[in-house]
Amino acid sequence: MPGSLVFLEEHEGKFGKGSLGVLAKAAQLGGDVAAFVAGSGVRELAPEAGRFGAAKVYVADDPALAAPLPQPRVDVLAALVRAEGFDTVLFGSSVLSADVAAGLAARLGAGLNWDLVDLEVRDGTLVGKRPALQDSVYIDVGWKGEPRLALVRSGTFEPVESGGEATVEDVAVELEEFSTQAVMLERAHAESEGPSIEEADVIVAGGRGLGEPAKFVLLEELAQALGGAVAATRAVVDAGWYPYATQVGQTGKTVAPKLYVACGISGAIQHKVGMQASGTIVAINKDPNAPIFEYADVSVVGDLHQIVPRLTELVKARG
Amino acid sequence: MKLAVCVKEVPEASARTRIDPGTLRLDRSGAAALNPFDAHALEEALRIKEGSGEGNVVAIMVAPARAADSLRKALAIGADRAVHVSDDALAGSDLVATARVLAKAVEREGPDLVLLGQQGADSDGAVLWSALADLLRLPVVSQAASVELGDGKVTVKRQTEYGYDVIETPLPAVVAVSDAINEPRYPSLKGIMGAKKKPFETLSAADLGLAADDVGEPGARTEVLALADPPSRGEGLRIEDDGSAAERIVDYLAERKLI
Ligand SMILES: Cc1cc2nc3c(=O)[nH]c(=O)nc-3n(C[C@H](O)[C@H](O)[C@H](O)COP(=O)(O)OP(=O)(O)OC[C@H]3O[C@@H](n4cnc5c(N)ncnc54)[C@H](O)[C@@H]3O)c2cc1C
Ligand SMILES: Nc1ncnc2c1ncn2[C@@H]1O[C@H](COP(=O)(O)O)[C@@H](O)[C@H]1O
Repeated sequence: MPGSLVFLEEHEGKFGKGSLGVLAKAAQLGGDVAAFVAGSGVRELAPEAGRFGAAKVYVADDPALAAPLPQPRVDVLAALVRAEGFDTVLFGSSVLSADVAAGLAARLGAGLNWDLVDLEVRDGTLVGKRPALQDSVYIDVGWKGEPRLALVRSGTFEPVESGGEATVEDVAVELEEFSTQAVMLERAHAESEGPSIEEADVIVAGGRGLGEPAKFVLLEELAQALGGAVAATRAVVDAGWYPYATQVGQTGKTVAPKLYVACGISGAIQHKVGMQASGTIVAINKDPNAPIFEYADVSVVGDLHQIVPRLTELVKARG
Repeated sequence: MKLAVCVKEVPEASARTRIDPGTLRLDRSGAAALNPFDAHALEEALRIKEGSGEGNVVAIMVAPARAADSLRKALAIGADRAVHVSDDALAGSDLVATARVLAKAVEREGPDLVLLGQQGADSDGAVLWSALADLLRLPVVSQAASVELGDGKVTVKRQTEYGYDVIETPLPAVVAVSDAINEPRYPSLKGIMGAKKKPFETLSAADLGLAADDVGEPGARTEVLALADPPSRGEGLRIEDDGSAAERIVDYLAERKLI
C-alpha cells in the first residue's frame, strides 16, 4: 500500500499551518501517510511532521530550493512520486502549493481537484467536496487513475497533533533547466508595520468599489464611530491603496470579529476564507448579484458613497 | 515582441449559473462573456506592446464554437489576432487536458511572453498557468501585481501569504496577472468595427496534432460524481437602498446589540 504524500510548505523555519492541517486530515483518513518538504536548511524541521501524523518525511534540502518557487519543487516531487508510487498527493492551498500542484499534475498527467473543503474515503475510494459557483452548489469530485492530486481550500483543516514520530529520508534533487530560470530578487516576510486587525471586535473593510484610495477615509470614520479597525481586499492592497497588514483573505489575515462591514467588496472566495467566521456580516454593494450577498447576513444593495457617511452619522448620534 | 494572451469564456456575472444535473457539467446555455479576469491579462499585453512601440498580441481560447463572440471581444479591445481552438472532442476536458490543448496552441505561436488571468470567474481554479508552463517547459510566475519588461527578461512583483516577492525570469515565460495590475480598457466603437477585419483562426484538436485520448472526457483524470446543496444558512436581510438603508442597518445592529 503506497499511501499518500502531503506537501508541506516551509517559511522561515516553520511549516505552514494549512499544510499541517492537511497532513492531520490525511492521517485521520488512515493508511500510510508520508510528508514532503523542500527548501534550504529544512532537514532539522522535518521530524516535526511526525507529530502531525506523518510516518515518514521525505526531505529535499538544497540551496537550489531556498526560494519558494514552484518549478524546482515539481521536479523533485515528480521523481519521488514516480519512484515510490504514491497514489495520492495532497496540498493545502497557497500561492506556492497551487502552482506546485498544477505543475505536478501536468508532469504526471494526473487529475487535480482544487478548492476542496472536505475529503473522505467512501467505499475505499477518495472523494473530495468542492463548493462551486460562488459556493452556491457543492460537488463531490473524484479521480480517474492515480496519482490523485488535491488542493484543499485554505483554513479548512486545523493541524491536530497526534504525537507520533517520523523517520526522515533524503531525496535526490535533480532539476530541469527551465525550472531554474526564475529567480527571486526579493523575498517576502510578514510585514509588521501597519495596524493589527486580528483583535478588533468590529471591522469595516473596503474594496475596489471605493473608487479611489482617498475614499478609505469614509471607512476610517465609520470604524472610529463603531470602535473598530479598517481592513482591505487584495485588489486595493495590490494597487497600493491600503497597507498589506490590513488585508483580509487567503494571502492576508484571517479574522473573526463580531461585526464585519464589507463596503464595495465583491466577495471572492479568497476574500471569504479570511472573514467567513465573523459573527455578523453586513455587505454594501451596488451590484445586486455580488457574490458577497450569498453569505452576508445583511445584504445592502446600494451606493456605499451615499450609505457609509450616513451610517457614520447615525452611529455617532447614538453615541 | 510576440505576446499571447489566454482567455476563456465564462457565464455572464448576472446570469444565474448552474450545473446541469444530467451531465454534471457547467450549464453554459445562458448569457456568456469574456472572463473579466482575463481582461487584465489582455490589457497588460496591450500596454507592453504600446510601451515598446512594436509587437503583436494574439488571444487564444479553448472553448466551444458559441464562445467565438467572446474571443471577438478580445479583438475589439485590441488584440491583433485570435486563435479559437474549438472541437466537440474537447468537451469534458479537465485541468491537464485543457492545458495540453492550450500548450499546443501556444507552441504554434512561439510567443516571448504568455499572459493569463488570475482565475476563471466560473472555475476559481487559479492553477492553469502552472500546468501550461510545465508542458511548454517554460518558467512561470503567478499572481503578478506588476510586470516590467527589459533586456529579454521580465520582473514581477507578486503577493503571497507572507507579503510581496520580486521574481525575475528570462523570456520566453508564462505570467499570470492579478486583477489589481491594471484597469482594463473597454472596446471602442472603432475597435468593434475593426475587429471584424482582424485575423480569426479556428482550429480543431487534429489541427494541433492532439491525440483523442489526451483530451476531452477520455483525457480527463478528474470527474464530478454528484451535486449537493450547500449547507443551509439562516435567511439574511436584504435591503434595496431607497435612501433609508443606513437607518435600517442601524436598526438591525441595535436590535442585536452590535452597537
Ligand atoms: C491566490 C489568490 C489569493 C488571493 N488572496 C486574496 C486575499 O487574501 N484577500 C482578498 O481580498 N482577495 C484575494 N484574492 C483576490 C480575489 O480573488 C479578488 O480578486 C479580490 O478579493 C477582489 O477585490 P474587491 O472585492 O475589492 O474588487 P472587485 O472584485 O473589483 O469588487 C468591487 C466591488 O465593488 C462594487 N462597487 C463598485 N462601486 C460601488 C459603489 N459605489 N458602492 C457599492 N459597491 C460598489 C462592485 O459591484 C464590485 O462588486 C486572491 C486571489 C488569488 C488568485
Ligand atoms: N479554456 C481556456 N482557454 C484559454 N485560456 C484559459 C482557458 N481556461 C483558463 N484559461 C486561462 O487560465 C486562467 C486561469 O483559469 P482557471 O484555472 O480556469 O481559473 C484564466 O484566467 C485564463 O487566462
